[in-house]
Amino acid sequence: MGAEAREPLQFHLETEHHPQNGTLLGFWLYLMSDCLIFACMFAVYGVLGRSYAGGPTGAEIFELPLVAVNTSLLLLSSITYGFAMLEMQRNRQRGTLIWLAITGLLGAGFIGIELYEFTHLIADGAGPQRSAFLSSFFTLVGTHGLHVSCGIIWLITLMVQVSKKGLIAENKRRLWCLSMFWHFLDVVWVGVFSFVYLMGVLP
Amino acid sequence: MSDHPDLAKLIFGRLTWEAIPLHEPILLYTFIAVALGGIAVLGAITYFRLWGYLWREWFTSIDHKKIGIMYMVLGLVMLLRGFADAIMMRLQQAVAFGDSAGYLPPHHYDQIFTAHGVIMIFFVAMPIVTGLMNYIVPLQIGARDVAFPFLNNFSFWMTTAGAVLVMMSLFVGEFARTGWLAYPPLSGIAASPDVGVDYYIWALQIAGVGTLLSGVNLLVTIIKMRAPGMKLMQMPVFTWTALCTNVLIVAAFPVLTAVLALLSLDRYLGFHVFTNELGGNAMMYVNLIWIWGHPEVYILILPMFGVFSEVVSTFSRKRLFGYTSMVYASIVITVLAYLVWLHHFFTMGSGASVNSFFGITTMIISIPTGAKIFNWLFTMYRGRITFELPMMWTVAFMVTFAIGGMTGVLLAVPPADFSLHNSLFLIAHFHNVIIGGVLFGAFAAINFWFPKAFGFKLDPFWGKCSFWLWVVGFYFAFMPLYVLGLMGVTRRLNHFEDPSLQIWFQIAAFGAVLIALGIACMLIQFVVSFRRREALRDVTGDPWGGRTLEWSTSSPPPAYNFAFTPQVHDSDAWWQMKEHGYRRPLSGFIDVHMPKNTGAGIILAGISTVLGFALIWQMWPLVVLAFVSLLATAIGHTFNYKRDFYIPATEVAAVEAARTEQLASHV
Amino acid sequence: MSAHADTHATHGGHDHDHDHDEGAAHVSFKGYMIGFVLAVILTAIPFWLVMSGGFKTSSTTALVVLGFAAVQIVVHMVYFLHMNTKSEGGWNMLALIFTAVLVLITLSGSIWVMYHLNHNMMPALMQDVRNLP
Repeated sequence: MGAEAREPLQFHLETEHHPQNGTLLGFWLYLMSDCLIFACMFAVYGVLGRSYAGGPTGAEIFELPLVAVNTSLLLLSSITYGFAMLEMQRNRQRGTLIWLAITGLLGAGFIGIELYEFTHLIADGAGPQRSAFLSSFFTLVGTHGLHVSCGIIWLITLMVQVSKKGLIAENKRRLWCLSMFWHFLDVVWVGVFSFVYLMGVLP
Repeated sequence: MSDHPDLAKLIFGRLTWEAIPLHEPILLYTFIAVALGGIAVLGAITYFRLWGYLWREWFTSIDHKKIGIMYMVLGLVMLLRGFADAIMMRLQQAVAFGDSAGYLPPHHYDQIFTAHGVIMIFFVAMPIVTGLMNYIVPLQIGARDVAFPFLNNFSFWMTTAGAVLVMMSLFVGEFARTGWLAYPPLSGIAASPDVGVDYYIWALQIAGVGTLLSGVNLLVTIIKMRAPGMKLMQMPVFTWTALCTNVLIVAAFPVLTAVLALLSLDRYLGFHVFTNELGGNAMMYVNLIWIWGHPEVYILILPMFGVFSEVVSTFSRKRLFGYTSMVYASIVITVLAYLVWLHHFFTMGSGASVNSFFGITTMIISIPTGAKIFNWLFTMYRGRITFELPMMWTVAFMVTFAIGGMTGVLLAVPPADFSLHNSLFLIAHFHNVIIGGVLFGAFAAINFWFPKAFGFKLDPFWGKCSFWLWVVGFYFAFMPLYVLGLMGVTRRLNHFEDPSLQIWFQIAAFGAVLIALGIACMLIQFVVSFRRREALRDVTGDPWGGRTLEWSTSSPPPAYNFAFTPQVHDSDAWWQMKEHGYRRPLSGFIDVHMPKNTGAGIILAGISTVLGFALIWQMWPLVVLAFVSLLATAIGHTFNYKRDFYIPATEVAAVEAARTEQLASHV
Repeated sequence: MSAHADTHATHGGHDHDHDHDEGAAHVSFKGYMIGFVLAVILTAIPFWLVMSGGFKTSSTTALVVLGFAAVQIVVHMVYFLHMNTKSEGGWNMLALIFTAVLVLITLSGSIWVMYHLNHNMMPALMQDVRNLP
């Protein structure tokens, strides 16, 4: 209060107030909460990751070359999504859609390889029911895979929406959200390949 | 169930006629009563042709005020169910001594204490807290609605879907017999092969989606939609505590989601995360669920701290003492809430170093809470206090909560905890803080903001009856439990041998009866107030001499909340406006930009309920069907781009003119 | 979409009538390529390190792998997720830091608690917990 309180203060706006759109912030906050789901999965793996129960160990079942291929697919899909965003920024619908399609294919390749790995493990008797280590491994990697799959479904939906409605503000915002989602899954994957696969094969 | 057992098994999964508890007289009578009551309500709605009105104006509404009210109704209805469980337990424990086995068989008793805990936390306290924040926060920050109005509606219906599943377990199958946190290995498939734990899991997972999304929603609302000029340190304290609570929701509920998902993998697919075999570790479940569980406690109590702050300063007619320290105390609690989880299982055996760390952090977290109590006391000091109902609840809270807080600090001492853990002392402690803090806060808030929401005050006579019955009843019900706990009586027992303990349980049961009368008085209070609404009418919009923006608009507020967005210069914005002799504008109205109603939320939640039910009973074809339609509906909804409309200026002018007339009639 | 990154810490009132994509960063080809090249390098080194046998002690290798992971996460955050202290008025960064702290508490807290628990409650089994049936 004080002297300036005597000045006539304006207590309302005469025009309609348009608050900033909160979608991107909201989506980021959602991602942060998702991050904590992964933190729990990592914590479970950290605690149970060596409880082999007499079953196979990480060193015995992880095939690093396959993981390396998978990692490169995901990294490539990140940069192709980046190219889609660059095209979007230039308002080029065709280019955006093409790069999105490539991203989706790379993502599908990633999921394909992961499913191949999982089915092989299960066929070799190293399924999630074998030991706590394998349960936590399948849960952590599977949760990531599930997220990527959701990302692919979302990506297809968005491609349909962009081709129907064009690069309107809403669609751009959605592309931004998916971009955050996609890159966020990359970050999680960095944790997965380092903490699970690379450290898992160490003696 | 049919001539083709395989086909029936495929379609109905585990569901058979056996699941309907026709052989349990208590459940049967309850079911008949609920069914008759339900038919009466549905019949009345049909008779008075209210379905269209309810659907258009409430179920599909994305107005934060209506959603807030629906949350409160959900919370109060579920309070009746949760309290019915409570009084059944109290009666059982009062009679089941020596040769008498009481009237509840153990498997039923175990379901009751589980359901009581789950319902009271997830479907009473959470909806009430969320409902309050939903109603009040946008009004306090001068916004038209929340940031994502559709998500808000969806969140509410998801919470309701969870509540519906819990209620279903009463009559179809059974509920968990594991205690409210469903610790494995008891909740594992080996010890609990039936559907009880599955009801628990899916009810909480579905409701959890709603809670998380509403947390994100309110966070963005507070960050992005504050009225121009309202700096962070000028937000009303309730909004501040709502901000902290929603931070906790967004950061804690994913942990619950993850841990319940892991438990369901163990149960459905034979994983070994929390099992006893093949390297699984049940203690990891306890560890993880309390990483969610402890912040949850603060999720419930922080908004109530906000309520008390608003009430104390309003009824002391003073600015809140120590606004800044109040804000920082809330923030410190928010962060520290993540560093104390192990005090829930000191006895697990992590050893001295771990226990002392968590014991010390627990004692530290009581400091900011204590600071808040002093702030409220200093606000009252030399204030012109009027003891309206909200203020009475606040004073009752301060006394009760201080006792609960002190027994909490006692439990935080690991050596003391070793003898008090799992005893009735613990039960008395957390009821002391949750009833004394959260429920008393909820009642203060209901009495405080009811005139804002409905345009008339609540009847003070019946309110006072309810107040005294509740407060006295609380002390009768829980002080004996402290005594029993100190004598070493453990929780969750349905029968006792030592007859010398019986008198304490009888006193506690008497307290529960008083509380039942308190609840009855509260219901009477609502009815009487509705019938006397003309006498209790609030035409000013500011019945208590309020300080924050929600009191600057009419009671109940128009759909658009404020005809003109307020501009804020002070933390007690409305008080300052009144001091400056602010006159609300009577002309120059503009079109108001508003979101449109949608039925997508209730439809998605309805499908989720079906999905949950199918998962519980393992009806796999229905699971696939429900999941696919859920996905399709959700994607379909994203193709709807036209989600808002404008209320024309003429309509705003008409509403505001009616208010001007109302104000004039008052003076 | 303009290249603005204004903080909006205080609401100006009348300046919100422009495009509603506030908060979205401006992206550039250069930024993505720097991020990609760094990510490839930071991925390749730990893979090479582990596949070629690593250091003498596993714990050294593990620490190096984790170190690279931490750096790579920062790279992804900056170049792909466009994290900076300005976006959304600093709220993005605040949320990220808060989450990082909680992730750290959850991970290290759980491992600490459970390690001590196993150590105290089944000391004999700690020796060969890996081969527990």
